[in-house]
Amino acid sequence: MTSDVLRIDGLRKAFGAQTILDGITQVVMKNEVVCLIGASGSGKSTLLRCINLLEKIDAGAIYLEGQCITAPGINENQVRKHIGIVFQSYNLFPHMTVDRNVTLGPVKALGMTKAEAAAEGAALLDRFGLADKRHDYPDRLSGGQQQRVAIVRALAMRPRLLLLDEVTSALDPELVAEVLDVIRELAEGGMTMVIATHEMGFAREIADRVCFLADGRIVEEAPPERLFTSPSDERTRKFLRRIVEAGRL
Amino acid sequence: MSPPSSPEGSALGDPAERELGGLNLLSGSRRSRLLGDPGSKRAVAVSTTSTIVVIGVLVVLFLLAPGSANVRHTFFNPANMWHSFIGDPKHGYYSVGAAIWLNIRMFGVAEAFILILGLVVAVVRQSTSPVMLPLRLVTTIYVDVARGVPLLLLIFAIGFGAPALGLRVISTQPAVVYGVAALVLSYSAYVSEVYRAGINSVHRSQVAAARSLGLSEWTALRYVILPQAIRNIIPPLLNDFISLQKDTALVAVLGTIEANRAAEIYSDTSFNYSSYVVAAILFLILTIPLARFTDRLIAKDRARRLAGTT
Repeated sequence: MTSDVLRIDGLRKAFGAQTILDGITQVVMKNEVVCLIGASGSGKSTLLRCINLLEKIDAGAIYLEGQCITAPGINENQVRKHIGIVFQSYNLFPHMTVDRNVTLGPVKALGMTKAEAAAEGAALLDRFGLADKRHDYPDRLSGGQQQRVAIVRALAMRPRLLLLDEVTSALDPELVAEVLDVIRELAEGGMTMVIATHEMGFAREIADRVCFLADGRIVEEAPPERLFTSPSDERTRKFLRRIVEAGRL
Repeated sequence: MSPPSSPEGSALGDPAERELGGLNLLSGSRRSRLLGDPGSKRAVAVSTTSTIVVIGVLVVLFLLAPGSANVRHTFFNPANMWHSFIGDPKHGYYSVGAAIWLNIRMFGVAEAFILILGLVVAVVRQSTSPVMLPLRLVTTIYVDVARGVPLLLLIFAIGFGAPALGLRVISTQPAVVYGVAALVLSYSAYVSEVYRAGINSVHRSQVAAARSLGLSEWTALRYVILPQAIRNIIPPLLNDFISLQKDTALVAVLGTIEANRAAEIYSDTSFNYSSYVVAAILFLILTIPLARFTDRLIAKDRARRLAGTT
C-alpha cells in the first residue's frame, strides 16, 4: 500500500482530432487538497471526468490507492463507488426527494439497508444544515442548497477521493459562500479532494497545491502562496493577470 | 412526436358530429377559454355563438340535402339503432352494446402487453453493450417491419397464418387471441419508439450523475432514467392508446364478433346501417374521454415545465 490516493501517469485524452489532455502526470496524497485552475477549455473538467471513468482515456494510466483503474476488464462501477464527483450543474435527480437522492447510491451500489442509508444520509444532511429539506424535491431548493445536497449525495458513498467540478460556477454570487463553507469543512475533516475551480481566492485559501492547466498539460504546480504570488511560467502569469484584471483575485 | 389526434373529426363525419353536438359544444367552449382570454365573458359568448352557428349550418345543410330523408332513414333510424344496440339472437343478430365489451377487453389486454413489450424493445435498442448486438438487430428489424406493414395485413397474417402452422398451443387459439397478438405486435413497435424518445429526452448529465455513484447501467436506467422518461411520454403514450381503442375493430376481419362486426351482421340482416352509427357512438364514448384526459395532461405538463424553468 502506498499512501498516495490518486496517481495519474501520462494521461492523454482526445475528442476526435482535438487533444484535450496531453500527458498529465500527477500524484495526490491522502488528506491533500489539490486545486486545478486554468482557462475554460483547458481540460480541468475532462481530467476530473477521466478520473471518475466517465470518459475513456486514450493513453496513460490512473491508479486509485495503488490499483490501476484504467486497465482493461476493470469494473467501473466498483471504482466509482470510491470516487465521488460533484458537477457544476448539480445534476440532482429531479424526480426524487433530497432523502432519496442521497440514499440511492448507498442502497443500490453499496448494498446498505434503507434504514442504514437513511440514518447516515440524515446525519450528513443535518451536518450541512439541510435537515429540514429532507423531504423536498430538488426544484424547491435554491441553487446553493441543491449543490450542497449534491455534495452530500457524493459523501454518502464514503468516497476515498472527492472530485469537485467548478461546483460554484452555476451559482448566484450570494450563494457561493455556503457551498465553499461546506468544502472548507470537508478539507478540515481530511477529505482528499481534487477541485477544478475559478474561485482563485478560495483555491489560495484551501489548496495544499495548485495546478495550472493550459493546452492539455499541467504547466505549473506549486503551493498556492508561491503560484499566486510568484508564478514561474509565462502562461501562468498571463492567466493570473487576466484574473486580477477581472477582479477575481 | 405526432400531434394529438382528434377522434371527433374522424372518417365518421357528419352523423356522429350531429349526434354529439352537445359534447362538441362543451369541449369547444372549454378550448376557447384555454386559448383565448380566460377572464372575458365576451370571448366565451363569441365562441359559444360561433360554435352554435357552425353546427347549425352543418345541420341545416344535412337536412336540406336531396337525399337527407333517405340517409336519416338508413343511418339514424331510432328503432333500428335501438334493436342493434340490444341485439336479438333469435333473429340472428348480436347486441352491438354487448359486443363493445369485447373491444374494451381486447384494448385492456393489448395495452398491458404493449406497455411491457414496447419498453423491452426500447431498452434493448438503447443498450450499448456489444453482447446485445444480435438482440439490437432483431428488435430493429422487428420495429421496421411491424411499423411498415399495415395493421390489417398483420392481423390477416397472424390470424390465418398461426392456425395453419399446426402447432400444439400456438395454432389452437380463438381468433380474438390472434387479433390481440397482432395489435400487440404492431403497437409495441410504435410505443417502443415513444419510449426511446422519452429515454433520449432525459439529459445525459443524469446518466453521468447516476453512473458516478457506482450504479450499473441497468440500475441507472431503472431508477433514474426511466422514471423521468415515462413522465415525459405519458401524453404521446395515451395518444397511441386512443388510436388502439378504435383499431380493436379491425380484429373483426378474423370473424370475431366485436362491436363493428355485430353492427355489420345487423345491417346484413336488416338492410339498415343505423347499427354502424351505434358502433361509432360507442367508440366515441370510449375515445373522447381519453382524448380530453390526454389534452389536460399535456396542458398540466406544459404548466409544470413553465413553472420549473427558474
